[in-house]
Amino acid sequence: MDFTFTPEQDALREQARAFLAANPEPSWKELAELGWTGVSVAEEDGGAGLTFVEEAVLFEELGRALYRGPYFSTVALALPALPGDLRAEVAAGDTSWTLAFGPLVPDLDLADRIAIVGGDGIYELEGAEREVLATSDVTRSLGVVRGGDPGRRLADAGVLEEIRSRSLAALAIEACGLARRALEYAIEHAQTREQFGRPIGVYQAVSHPLADAYTRLELARSLSLWAAWCVAQEGAQSDQQAPIAAAAAKAFAAEAAVQVCETAIQVHGGIGFTWEHVLHRLYKRALWIESFAASSTTLRAEVAASLLDATGSGSGVSQTPVSLTQGG
Amino acid sequence: MDLRDTAEEAAFRRELRSWIEENLSEELQGHRGGAARFEGPEMRAWSRALHDAGYAGLTWPTEYGGTGASYTHQAIFLEEMARAEAPPHVGVIGLGMAGPTIMAHGSEEQKTRYLEPILSAEEIWCQGFSEPGAGSDLAGVRTSARQENGHFVVDGQKVWSSFAHLASFCILLTRSDPESTRHAGLTYLIVDMHAPGVEVRPLTQITGEAEFNEIFFDKVRVPAENLLGDIGGGWQVAMTTLLHERGTLGFALQAALEVQVRKVAALARDRGADPLQRDRIASEWIEMQALRFTNYRALSKLVKTGMPGPEGSISKLVWSEANQRVTKLALELLGPDAALGEENAPYGGYWQHQQLRSRGNTIEAGTSEVLRNIVAERVLGLPKSR
Ligand SMILES: Cc1cc2nc3c(=O)[nH]c(=O)nc-3n(C[C@H](O)[C@H](O)[C@H](O)COP(=O)(O)OP(=O)(O)OC[C@H]3O[C@@H](n4cnc5c(N)ncnc54)[C@H](O)[C@@H]3O)c2cc1C
Repeated sequence: MDFTFTPEQDALREQARAFLAANPEPSWKELAELGWTGVSVAEEDGGAGLTFVEEAVLFEELGRALYRGPYFSTVALALPALPGDLRAEVAAGDTSWTLAFGPLVPDLDLADRIAIVGGDGIYELEGAEREVLATSDVTRSLGVVRGGDPGRRLADAGVLEEIRSRSLAALAIEACGLARRALEYAIEHAQTREQFGRPIGVYQAVSHPLADAYTRLELARSLSLWAAWCVAQEGAQSDQQAPIAAAAAKAFAAEAAVQVCETAIQVHGGIGFTWEHVLHRLYKRALWIESFAASSTTLRAEVAASLLDATGSGSGVSQTPVSLTQGG
Repeated sequence: MDLRDTAEEAAFRRELRSWIEENLSEELQGHRGGAARFEGPEMRAWSRALHDAGYAGLTWPTEYGGTGASYTHQAIFLEEMARAEAPPHVGVIGLGMAGPTIMAHGSEEQKTRYLEPILSAEEIWCQGFSEPGAGSDLAGVRTSARQENGHFVVDGQKVWSSFAHLASFCILLTRSDPESTRHAGLTYLIVDMHAPGVEVRPLTQITGEAEFNEIFFDKVRVPAENLLGDIGGGWQVAMTTLLHERGTLGFALQAALEVQVRKVAALARDRGADPLQRDRIASEWIEMQALRFTNYRALSKLVKTGMPGPEGSISKLVWSEANQRVTKLALELLGPDAALGEENAPYGGYWQHQQLRSRGNTIEAGTSEVLRNIVAERVLGLPKSR
């Protein structure tokens, strides 16, 4: 058992953090040049042949940076459905994708191509009309598609379970990334802002909620990394825990991120309530994550079903596939 | 990152699992713990059997009766014990606190004398830190240790000392310099609980059991060789004890929580649960898993770097509050039966007892408020509140 990152994974994180700090709005091509769009794409398709654990490192950093682009929709949602030639195009940075599986489709303004779930398969959607809707989180859009025709058949619907685990795990670790940044702002503020002649961090009504925020965040991160590892095993070993781990991680991490952001806003006082401060944007991403795909209560209902209704699975591991569209 | 057992870990787990299967009797399985542990000889015998099989002091050096195994084996051991609902070794304070402190600060003679009988459950230990005037603020201890002709003379009072009524020895924090205040001038001693002048008075707890005690020391003579660490250096030694009390227990706590969550799920299957209760059961299962993987992260860092990660500091805080919620939820699932006394309640009153006992979890071994102070100050780097 080893639950640490490899030196290569640590280096990837450092590279990502430095790059995103210097380039807050990178293009799809730039991400491809860094190798990020092909992390889990096989080497013969021009990718790096790595796993979802490396992608999770990137999702955490992208969440922290509030990256605006079709990385989540391409890598977490669409990639498992794409055949090798189309994966190669993603790895090369030639195309980005999104997946329409519910009424609201993410990154519709930025993704080049659209995959859609229909009947027993996933198809490319061609010639559809796109309408991008206003979202509270302006860094990640939602939209609706109308009309269009199914084009090439991309994959069997069986891949939806993997897509669901991947996307829930990606959202969970992304939530951890943004929450970490909110917590760092709050800690710094509590150390430096003085009222009543002392830094506000001496007051336990300030420091204890921050200790709780840290605690929730560490727990969320542990679950998210567990989920990421389970997802990375999928295919190779068909890890049966991936669906339940991803559901648990997303349920917990989304709520934790919302709570951390709310604590950070409170600790900042008036400045935390302004449009100018970055906190509200982190907060809105956390709320976006909480609402997308399945809410925490919906996911917990699934966990409860696997614990209480499944027969003969003493470990509480779900044997029943969970549907991607449930609650979405 | 690989969460699977290595081949060697898997072999250890297999062997352990079959050992537990062969050795764990039905009466001991799911034992509710508490003071009842000490009523018959079974629990000591079970502890002894764990030791004979090499499982009691897995990470302790072989020269002191341990097995010299890795912390990973220790984690696997606790997981498998929880899976089997096997009761833990009875030497809670000896294994978790006194032993590690003696290993870190003790002389060769002390290690040889004290460590093995802890593992074999022949000698039970207690911890004499808290006093009527010194609880969270441990640096306020006043129990005095006067040096006199090559020994110490101890006078004073300790309180809330678990298992003192059964203990052979006490790890005692004293003030050896009457002029000193706070952290300086403290001295850490090993005290024979049967020495003349030691008086133990059991205190009945919220559960009706008497597991903790007052200890009175009246001119108790303690030989010089019972000094642990340096005269005046007691605070550093005490910090080692507290680190182990809150830190290395992480896996044991998670394992205990796993048993509780599993039992709550069984209870819900037995008696039904409404959608809101199901939501809470799922929440508790998720948080229990979160605690497990947080401990894994801390363990992996410990194994790789020799230092546990800062995540480890939240284990006890998270566990104690989770255990309170889980046991309360169990009472709710019992419905009106929850109000029955232990004698008449379903499942032998297990949940009534567990729920009441859980209220101590956020007080013992550092209150939750003190632990939040520690996270805020030492992990987050916020200014001290005092
Ligand atoms: C079941 C049980 C077993 C125990 N076993 C042992 C044992 O074997 N050996 C032993 O030595 N002790 C033992 N204790 C004692 C335990 O360590 C103390 O009770 C604990 O440290 C709190 O001290 P206190 O009781 O004096 O409460 P106090 O320190 O007086 O605290 C009272 C309240 O004030 C809060 N408070 C205190 N200081 C602060 C602060 N700075 N900031 C915020 N809040 C604060 C506390 O959190 C608590 O809520 C045991 C206690 C229990 C409940």
